[in-house]
Amino acid sequence: MKLPLEGAIDCDVHLSVPNVATLLPYMSDYWSDQLVTRYIDRAGFNLTSYPPRSPLTVRDDWRAAPGRPTGLAALQADVLDPGRLSGAICHTMHGAMALFNEDMGAEFCKAINAWVAKEWLDREPRLRASILVHAQNPALAVEEIERCAADKRFVAVLLPVMGDSPLGRRIYWPIYEACERHGLSLAVHAGSTYRNPPTAAGWPSYQSEDYMLQSSAFENLIVGFLAEGVFQKFPGLKLVCMESGFTWMPTFLWRTSKTWRGVRTEVPWLDRVPAEIIREHVRLTLQPVDAPRDPKILNKIFEQIACDDMIVYSSDYPHGHFDGDNGLPEGLSPELLRKIAIDNPRAAFPRLATVDAPDTKETV
Amino acid sequence: MTRHVVAKARDIAPGSSQIVEVGGREIGVFNVAGDYYALANRCPHAGADLCKGFITGLALSDGPNKYRLERKGEFLRCPFHGWEFEIRTGQSWCDPKSMRVRQFKVDVAPGETLVKGPYVAESFPVKVEEEYIVIDI
Repeated sequence: MKLPLEGAIDCDVHLSVPNVATLLPYMSDYWSDQLVTRYIDRAGFNLTSYPPRSPLTVRDDWRAAPGRPTGLAALQADVLDPGRLSGAICHTMHGAMALFNEDMGAEFCKAINAWVAKEWLDREPRLRASILVHAQNPALAVEEIERCAADKRFVAVLLPVMGDSPLGRRIYWPIYEACERHGLSLAVHAGSTYRNPPTAAGWPSYQSEDYMLQSSAFENLIVGFLAEGVFQKFPGLKLVCMESGFTWMPTFLWRTSKTWRGVRTEVPWLDRVPAEIIREHVRLTLQPVDAPRDPKILNKIFEQIACDDMIVYSSDYPHGHFDGDNGLPEGLSPELLRKIAIDNPRAAFPRLATVDAPDTKETV
Repeated sequence: MTRHVVAKARDIAPGSSQIVEVGGREIGVFNVAGDYYALANRCPHAGADLCKGFITGLALSDGPNKYRLERKGEFLRCPFHGWEFEIRTGQSWCDPKSMRVRQFKVDVAPGETLVKGPYVAESFPVKVEEEYIVIDI
């Protein structure tokens, strides 16, 4: 099953750094020496969110196998070509995000961003990427944004949804100021540095709980951005929730908006009903779609979200959420599909303006 | 419509209020800077005794971490859920189009005019030399 229209933009494609040795050429002599002489280069640096053998981590037919293409060739053969995509935005969630040594973390981010530019963006004009930063030290994160921002193929800044502190806090605002100034969107991805338990009540026993409850972390994120006034302070900022799911959004809109009426005096800068602010500033990637297959139910969810601009297309490659090449759910109107696949990604990531638009005004 | 004499005007000082009963219904009478307003003592949201809530101002802001309180004494905050209502209009601050507490017409009348009637004074005698709060229902 193919994507029903040409020129979609896949907003969530994952790159994985094969090993630390791959990054050494992009690091300073000092850090390269440190990583080798301390045997750090032997560590996997995989975040525990994605156990390598889990079916969610890599779809079966996208796993490395004899005769299968690898690296960029695999991405082209699995996603870009069969999807007839105009572009895809790559995100590299890497264990370096969780390092406590913020200088080492910043050096990893710099190396990964350079590796992404050279090994992926330089070799495939349809690719765009997010800038990986180490959020523990916002000043270093801003330095990395400044270093990468001149390269217009970087369209966003990437942060994990669970870090040291709630991301709405003012300590992180220099990052958002830099995003707004450079026209970079803020891509906040599912995942944790495990500074805090991934459930609000404490440490869960099972990885399943961690995975199921990621959506609650995005509710925390958006509530924090609202309450701290991030959207008032940075009206040009686009927040894109990556791999967040979205079927929880209607009840979330209702709850934040109703509760606001009773508690708004504590945060008086929240001067409009939260649902309006969320519809204006927050975007969510499509996959994983959690709704049942019945299109009536999914359409009802879109009706309740009441904002056709909110969802942007993603395959979440190589994670396995759907079969075949078409990550768009069935039963949505052609107009909505076109918005999700083409118009919404371009609005959510203004820097995608440099990605060629499809020639045809093909209808679904 | 019947005119109900519900209180002595001087008993409700500026910034204060009094809940009165008129024909079995509770009504809050408010003195906002010398002007009197009457609102049903029932929040249109969940039925709380709205008029027992704080009389307060409006919390406003020019941006994150900027706080100011304006229009002091012009708003009523419901004791149940904190919803805010403008005393002068009965309108909800957050949802002015569809959420409004019932208002009643209120006048201040000299006792001199009231002793002639017609009116209903339920709980106290009217004296010529006093001023009274009169609600029309």
